[in-house]
Amino acid sequence: MESTAHHFRQNVGTALADPNLQDSLAKLKVGFSERRRQAAERLPEFEALRDRARDIKNHTLANLDFYLEEFERKVLALGGHVHWAPTAADARRIIGELCRGAGARTVAKSKSMVAEEIALNEHLEEIGIEPIETDLGEYIIQLRREPPSHIIAPAVHLTKDQVADTFLEHHRKLGFTKRLTERNDLVAEARYVLRQKFVDADVGLTGANFLVAETGSSMLVTNEGNADLSNTLPRMHIVLASIEKVIPTLEDAAVLLRVLARSATGQESSAYTTLNTGPKRPGDLDGPEHYHVVLLDNGRSGVLGTEMQEILRCIRCGACMNHCPVYGAIGGHAYGWVYPGPLGAVLTPQLIGVEDAGNLPNASTFCGRCESVCPVRIPLPKLMRHWREREFERHLTPTAVRQGLALWSFVARRPRLYRRLAGLANRMLALFGRAEGRYRGLPLASGWTRFRDFPAPPAGGTFHAQWSRRRP
Amino acid sequence: MSDAPANARAQILDGIRRSLRRGAISGPARQAVEDRLALPPRGPVISRTELAPPEKVALFCHWAETNNATVARVAATDVASEVASFLVRNNLPAEVAMAPSPQLADYDWGGQKMLSVRRGRGEASDLVSITGAFAAIAETGTLVMASGPEHPVTLNLLPDTHIVVLRERDIVGGYEDVWGLLRQRYGKDRMPRTVNTITGPSRTGDIEQAMELGAHGPRRMHIVVVRE
Amino acid sequence: MHAIFAAAILATVSQSLPRPSARPRRIALFVTCLVDLFRPSVGFAAVKLLERAGCTVDVPPLQVCCGQPAYNTGDRATTRAIAAQVIAAFDGYDAVVAPSGSCGGMLSHHYPGLFDDDPAMQARAKDLAGRSYELMAFLVDVMGIETVEARYDGAVTYHDSCSGLRELGVKDQPRRLLQSVDGLALREMKSPEVCCGFGGTFCVKYPEISNAMVGEKSADIAASGADTLVAGDLGCLMNMAGKLQREGSPIHVRHVAEVLAGMGDLPAIGEPGRGEPG
Repeated sequence: MESTAHHFRQNVGTALADPNLQDSLAKLKVGFSERRRQAAERLPEFEALRDRARDIKNHTLANLDFYLEEFERKVLALGGHVHWAPTAADARRIIGELCRGAGARTVAKSKSMVAEEIALNEHLEEIGIEPIETDLGEYIIQLRREPPSHIIAPAVHLTKDQVADTFLEHHRKLGFTKRLTERNDLVAEARYVLRQKFVDADVGLTGANFLVAETGSSMLVTNEGNADLSNTLPRMHIVLASIEKVIPTLEDAAVLLRVLARSATGQESSAYTTLNTGPKRPGDLDGPEHYHVVLLDNGRSGVLGTEMQEILRCIRCGACMNHCPVYGAIGGHAYGWVYPGPLGAVLTPQLIGVEDAGNLPNASTFCGRCESVCPVRIPLPKLMRHWREREFERHLTPTAVRQGLALWSFVARRPRLYRRLAGLANRMLALFGRAEGRYRGLPLASGWTRFRDFPAPPAGGTFHAQWSRRRP
Repeated sequence: MSDAPANARAQILDGIRRSLRRGAISGPARQAVEDRLALPPRGPVISRTELAPPEKVALFCHWAETNNATVARVAATDVASEVASFLVRNNLPAEVAMAPSPQLADYDWGGQKMLSVRRGRGEASDLVSITGAFAAIAETGTLVMASGPEHPVTLNLLPDTHIVVLRERDIVGGYEDVWGLLRQRYGKDRMPRTVNTITGPSRTGDIEQAMELGAHGPRRMHIVVVRE
Repeated sequence: MHAIFAAAILATVSQSLPRPSARPRRIALFVTCLVDLFRPSVGFAAVKLLERAGCTVDVPPLQVCCGQPAYNTGDRATTRAIAAQVIAAFDGYDAVVAPSGSCGGMLSHHYPGLFDDDPAMQARAKDLAGRSYELMAFLVDVMGIETVEARYDGAVTYHDSCSGLRELGVKDQPRRLLQSVDGLALREMKSPEVCCGFGGTFCVKYPEISNAMVGEKSADIAASGADTLVAGDLGCLMNMAGKLQREGSPIHVRHVAEVLAGMGDLPAIGEPGRGEPG
């Protein structure tokens, strides 16, 4: 998808002024975090599982080439195919060719962030193949031609009424002429419309939560069952997954599954966790005849061995954005690309360039709530700070910020000069602010005073001045 | 060999090795990862899965019901009548699509005169399906379905109502126990095409974060636990 | 006004009070630049609490800032230079205590990582990190203080500042001490652990986002029913006070150390002094 990350500030303005979005976010902030907290409390081993989940991912990343080769060997042994895609363009081309080879007119897709990352839908449309999003949230935003605003709840920014209008507009031609008002009716109508599309689809395309090297299986976690229809009904099943999704064994999957659902939605378990291994077997009454896995790198191998490596542990649960006060204020679209929230603040500069996405790692208070809930303990604030360091080194930090910092640093490194200037500033601010105790406006501080009063210091001098008078 | 051009594969694998500042894994390091694959280490023990068999059944029923499934516990002789009465109680048609499994065939379906049974895969128009289960997980109230000629995947997904006949002896504590059973049955490196683990009916929270049942898979799941 | 205020501080600080039996320690106060410049009474409150706990308190004169503005802007070279200055200034003390989780966390969590390529400096940074504390954690966890002698007539809500909470585990300590204050009732917010939107330079770099965050915080504060907001970090307090006052809220905002040290009668943050200017 096209990035608007470089318009971050405008995006923020739009988001803050959108009342529907703000209503949704108010609900999201309370709902997801409260449910996660309860789920974690119900499982005494939750913190130990997080440690193990982190260790499993670290072990896998340290041996990533081995586990990818092992995974490939198992897939081939059971009659599946593996395709290696160094870049997004490679993955688009491979999938396009597979679909054409299968004579596909439509592709039933279950939600895949990697497919968003490589802009797969746009490519399929260009070559005359219709991609059909089947996850309800993805389906809604596909009809509206919007990008997802959350990695596990792509239509979280919309209200029921907006969905009702969208369905009326697009389903009218299928004979649904009544505008619906109830959520369950909207779900039922989408189910009905999409059921036929599943039956007609020539290819089913899914992502993968995990690829299990031990068995050559792709593992998918969903609540709706759309991924399972996508990987069962069409003649060809294509799995699109990035290389860091591989894990060693089923035992490792058990650990990761236990932290995934609880971190994402606070569920003990998602409704469907499915392992697919190769194409249908002799005697099977259903299942796809062809099974293909496309392994996408798209810059990830270059992140290994760097200070950013830890982001590759991510299992895409969305807990970091559910708990992020910045995401909670501006929602997902403001981040301008596929991955929002703290995850996006670290990953987006990596994937589309820090020149474009430089605002993202800066728009954080480093409050640390994301790290405190991450199921694989990714130190997200630390990684955002690394981006700021890279920006500073490459002189991408805004000039005003650099100059202000240089001036401050000059003074802060000279304690006696600092003391004199601090004393002066303190006396000025105390003097002019004494009547009200605060300022409604201050030169050079409009970023603050546009929204907040600025507290004035009381008279009497700085702490150090008072201290040296009292205890010389 | 892989289907993709060999250079793409090499490009990615070499890129990984370059970043990790080493060549392909060999020697003792390779032995260590191969050993880890051969004998997978288990994660932290989940205390709630360490239960005696009767308590496992109770825990399974608790979590299945928490996840919006309904549960009935009956003797083997009453399985067919429980299914028939469930259909009546819920105003459902007496036509069912049943998994062609010998295990299911043992129940007294013939004793239910109203019931019309079709054995085979699921179709988009099916309203009710009946399947067994390969196993079930007490930890989360999860059913485990292994695909094969006796258990088509479509029966788990397409009908509006999914009735599952589950024997008590097939209920295990946690996921790791299921992996053990799968390896025993199919061999360590040979999984069935599809293993569906299913916890309650299909659901979605995609409209206003409120849960609705029956997004794409069954709206209703009824589990008949066969007492032993 | 000046004289009255200074006298008030002197009077409160120099009160002779019974001291617990804990072994006196040589403590260095890390004043922090915000307290130095905007709210000196927080520093004096910290001194008072530490002395009452049996510590001998010193204020090393060469201290300035912990370096966070540079650190969080990505300027590692400047951060290292400032860290080296702080490490030198606090050499030799048993403990370094800051009335701030943010600055305390900088010393105890972030300094060692700045010197990965300089083992000698890293050893000194680790030494400082091992003896640096946030004030509340130091009083309760190290000095074993359970109660304070203070009075505050009001309903107080406590905001958990992020660094103190998540880097240093400051959560129960201030609440325990607040509960021992005569006349004080603690009223929890719904989400005391959610960031107030200050974030150092964040609040001026992204003022709209910061405003949305602090707006939500001020609503949570108001809904708690408290008449006073306290927290352990002056940056957060100035941000929340500024927002509450812009909204016309009557809620008073104070540093937790001031309330615990019996200095709750001073004008609150952003409120004018009561005496005539003089």
